[in-house]
Amino acid sequence: MFPEFGQFSLILAWVFSLLLAVMPLAGVVLKKQALQQTATALSWAVFFFLAVAFAILLHAFYHDDFSVAVVAANSNSALPWYYKLSASWGNHEGSMLLWVLLLSTWTVAVALFARTLTVELKGSVLGVLGIIAFCFLSFVLFTSNPFERILPMVPADGSDLNPLLQDIGLILHPPTLYMGYVGFSVAFAFAVGALITGRFDASWVRWSRPWTNTAWAFLTIGIALGSWWAYYELGWGGWWFWDPVENASFMPWLIGTALIHSQAVTEKRNLFKSWSVLLAIFAFSFSLLGTFLVRSGVLTSVHAFAADPERGMFILLILGFTIGGSLLLYAFNAAKIKTSGSFELVSRESFLLMNNILLVVIAFAVLFGTLLPLLADAFSWRKLSVGAPFFNSVFNFLMVFLLSLLGIGQLLRWKKHNKKGWRITLLIMLVSAVVIALILPWTLSGKLYWQVWLGMALVFWVVASLVNMVIERTRNSRSFIAGIRKAGVGFWGMWLAHLGLVVSTTGVVLVSNFDIEKDYRVEEGDSVQLNNYRFDVDRFQIIQGPNYVADRGVVSIYRDDKKVAEVNPEKRYYSVQGNVMTEAGIDGSLLRDLYVSMAEPLDDSRKVWSVRLQVKPFVSWLWWGAALMALGSIVSITDRRYRLKTSSASVEKTL
Amino acid sequence: MKIRPLVILPLVFVFALFALFGYALLSGVDPKEVPSALTGKALPGFQLASLQDENTVITREEIIGEPMLMNIWATWCSSCKYEHPVLNALSADGVKIIGINYKDERDLALKWLQDYADPYALDIYDPNGDLGFDLGVTGAPETFFIDSKGQVQYRYQGPITHEIWQQSLKAIYDEMV
Repeated sequence: MFPEFGQFSLILAWVFSLLLAVMPLAGVVLKKQALQQTATALSWAVFFFLAVAFAILLHAFYHDDFSVAVVAANSNSALPWYYKLSASWGNHEGSMLLWVLLLSTWTVAVALFARTLTVELKGSVLGVLGIIAFCFLSFVLFTSNPFERILPMVPADGSDLNPLLQDIGLILHPPTLYMGYVGFSVAFAFAVGALITGRFDASWVRWSRPWTNTAWAFLTIGIALGSWWAYYELGWGGWWFWDPVENASFMPWLIGTALIHSQAVTEKRNLFKSWSVLLAIFAFSFSLLGTFLVRSGVLTSVHAFAADPERGMFILLILGFTIGGSLLLYAFNAAKIKTSGSFELVSRESFLLMNNILLVVIAFAVLFGTLLPLLADAFSWRKLSVGAPFFNSVFNFLMVFLLSLLGIGQLLRWKKHNKKGWRITLLIMLVSAVVIALILPWTLSGKLYWQVWLGMALVFWVVASLVNMVIERTRNSRSFIAGIRKAGVGFWGMWLAHLGLVVSTTGVVLVSNFDIEKDYRVEEGDSVQLNNYRFDVDRFQIIQGPNYVADRGVVSIYRDDKKVAEVNPEKRYYSVQGNVMTEAGIDGSLLRDLYVSMAEPLDDSRKVWSVRLQVKPFVSWLWWGAALMALGSIVSITDRRYRLKTSSASVEKTL
Repeated sequence: MKIRPLVILPLVFVFALFALFGYALLSGVDPKEVPSALTGKALPGFQLASLQDENTVITREEIIGEPMLMNIWATWCSSCKYEHPVLNALSADGVKIIGINYKDERDLALKWLQDYADPYALDIYDPNGDLGFDLGVTGAPETFFIDSKGQVQYRYQGPITHEIWQQSLKAIYDEMV
């Protein structure tokens, strides 16, 4: 009976989302406050029924209700309980339901925190979110119903969750990523709300900034989790593959990053208004594009769900409606956006403008590379796809400019930078960065690569700039601590996020140039030397997991005859689907990861294996950097001004 | 109402994109054609025994020199059986195909080639999947297009059918020749 309640609950949510899509916006058009005020209650209704539906889906997974098609296809009675629960979003239908649930969570969060918004704007924003919810609920109900039953022939057991997904990283990765994707819907809704109501003062930006930052932080963590998961689970030791689906999450991240910076200008200086609206539309559009690319099967990827052109068409229609509609609205109303104010070439505004141009160019280059196979097909060129070399060269090239400009831009004042001696400061920064980048890697590794030198020079350049910022902020204060306090959370949020960027960059530069990777044939008792590390293969044993059997290697790692780690790489055999999985044995530390993965048994006794050994310096900095960026983003929204009652009038007064 | 031309640009761009997606969906682009990490790179080196004679060692240098397909197959792979007649036909048309017998048993493989004919110019025996590991093979069958310089030009996952060959793969092969 339960699944039918879930289905019923889903239908109720769908009905309420239709009401939410229509009533408040009708109220805005007809100028009826009573209609606009229905938005809050309707948002809660959608959220409630979606939460009930999702809880019922979780229940079905937890209790092995194999009469439900998605449970039978994606779970198994031998699965540990936490994977049973995470299996509910490890499939197309369940993950779409989660997607809509998270959307409605954001919607009620807006309804809750935006108490002080004008009734009109609040009605428009929630109404726009209602339209999106209605579109995607229709998609779930009509093409991807998670509550479909297999009756009367109920399978005795399920066909198991893909072993790739039986992992802590994959429990957390999708919900976090979706929180980010879906979170951009709020900035989108605020932008569209501003277009509908025709009010383009800074209030919509001030309102949407915390939401943009929160969504961006989730997206950052989600992408980092995905990269980390690929690193330890796929067994190749790679951390970014420029896979279409990775790109699908990276593009909204890039546009979202541009949006964060553009909104800063719009809020502080009332400039770039039209541009911020456009970026808000595009950030969410790219999120939707990601959904489309993953689920339509037009591009291939390790992540792709079962391809289904019909579903793809449905999502494409939704995209056409929401993105096309909002851009149409933009085309008609953008002329009404009045911008006044000016800035000079050497000012924070102009550097943020360049930041935006670079980020958008990178995003579109990634889009181009990702869609090239489709373009080539459409124009009957040779089947063509650009791989990592294209993305790496374009991305690295543009990042050089982005980091160079960042080192200057974050030091500059708004409008006009007229501080004395700033050119000399920059020169000192530049020289020290270039020299340190030359000396440090060379003394530590004895090797000199121009890539490392350039990358580290950029890192030290931005670090010098970050140090300079702190000195500037604290110089005129009574004490260092007082200066740090006075700088404010907005400043420190930015500082942390930019620090995160250089931490990640350090990881990328060092692991790309200094990692060592070798394949060996080893048996018990063998010893392999890889640079400073000696890998002793102690033994291979067979172990029994909850739903798999595994060959496990016990490898001790020594440095200068001192044991530094013992790792246990595994080759797992999941019996239900006959899958084989490689679990890498990793000893992680701040400065390096030691990585052992088992490739193939080379004899019948399973005591001789080909293994891949890797030493990966600074690889964990990639993810720590992402964590810092997300932290910075969250820190900056704790600013008091976002919690104050800000009617548009009071905002205008402050400008 | 005044509309600046520039603000229509995003709309135009997005609709062009949608036209492309619509086309891709309706024309049924085959997502099995996997861009490989190796595409455009040199075929990795290897040293493997011949399937017919375990004392004959075949290396990378011996096989490159003319355009060819490198087909990963195994007797345990049912799609390979489905693909096999197509390979026979291609081979009869003069396409050079190198067979990599992947994680298989020698006797079974030889019997298979006897029963269903041998389309391969050379049969390489890769019982441990060493070459497969280097190529990033995820399952059989897979086919790599290798040009005369030993560069991997293309990778196709799944069984090749006559339709797919005519529609797209032939063009890629012809370009290499």
